[in-house]
Amino acid sequence: MKPEDLEALRLLVQGRSGVVIDPAKTYLVETRLGPLARREGFATHTELFNAIRETRDDRLIWAAVEAMTSNETSFFRDKAAFDEFRGEILPRLAARKSGPIRIWSAACASGQEPYSLAMILAEESAKLEGAEVQLFASDLSDACVEKARSGLYTQFEIQRGLPIRSLLNHFEKEGEMWRISSRLMQMVRWRRINLLADLRPLGTFDVIFCRYAVASFDPASRKRVLEQMKGLLSPDGCLVLGLNETADDVGLFPLEGRPGVYCKTPGYKAAAA
Amino acid sequence: MKTCLVVDDSRVIRKVARRIIEDLGFEIAEAADGMEAMAWCRTAMPEAILLDWNMPVMDGLEFLRQLRAEPDGKTPVVIICTVENDPARIAEALDAGANEYIMKPFDGDIIISKFAQSGLVPEMAA
Repeated sequence: MKPEDLEALRLLVQGRSGVVIDPAKTYLVETRLGPLARREGFATHTELFNAIRETRDDRLIWAAVEAMTSNETSFFRDKAAFDEFRGEILPRLAARKSGPIRIWSAACASGQEPYSLAMILAEESAKLEGAEVQLFASDLSDACVEKARSGLYTQFEIQRGLPIRSLLNHFEKEGEMWRISSRLMQMVRWRRINLLADLRPLGTFDVIFCRYAVASFDPASRKRVLEQMKGLLSPDGCLVLGLNETADDVGLFPLEGRPGVYCKTPGYKAAAA
Repeated sequence: MKTCLVVDDSRVIRKVARRIIEDLGFEIAEAADGMEAMAWCRTAMPEAILLDWNMPVMDGLEFLRQLRAEPDGKTPVVIICTVENDPARIAEALDAGANEYIMKPFDGDIIISKFAQSGLVPEMAA
């Protein structure tokens, strides 16, 4: 691909999704667009890109954007965040006794994050004292949402981050793949959501997991998404970002000792005591 | 330095595992079957054992059951590493005293992830 084509692709992806492709990572273009090009009947990723430029076919554009923004993930990635959810956030919300507990896994990629949350909810159900929990999951990519919804994972995927006992408890072997139990599958509601869109129709949330997504956005898009998420949080809600991500600049309050966890109201640890 | 005993009848697998686990800061000892592994453990009990299942002389599960009956035999973290991937077989290994379980083929990420879950390395390394 010529440098000017790469630049055009970068602008296209950034304009549609907010994701900035690191110029040093242009080697990703071929590995990510190659399979899509073949599926769509083009000989190479360059041919695919030329077709996109000529036809401006919206479906092809989105398929390319999705391919360029897909991310690897694992079950219980950054275990401390899930420990916080299980040990602190969830019991506090369960004790609140007003309305359902609403949780959103934004940018859920192939579903490991919402299913990790679902496993915790299933394991802690006795302590929830009948509180209603609504678990939503979304991604920019249709392909990701579809794969996540299927709950089907390779042997490699189920060995990243998932303790073996959780595998036995929550998955069934299906040929050489592993499928999440129907109980957990039914706990998650899936949607395709572009975080750059107006998020207000989604309603309010007590917990939003949005990790390693906005970090790759351009600064204005990142801030817009975080401000919108802040607006969606309930007064005792919190936003869980990646370990190295911050949300101080939009007026959310970091939780002490828990990198990446931000609260709508400061000092929830004190309030929970 | 902590020691990890790598037990596998394949020299290639031992070599691959050694390279990955050395990077996690372990000293590596190797054994080609359960009998050799038991001799190692009776000399110096390791902190961790990566254990193949199907091996000549003494297989992994027989070794594991004997190990857990030894004095200090409950201290090592044992991670089974095998081609066996049937849920009933996995449950059998856990019942025999395995802490974690890796299905072959594995890669570095999987070993690091399982070592972290077992508390052998800090979670941040995973």
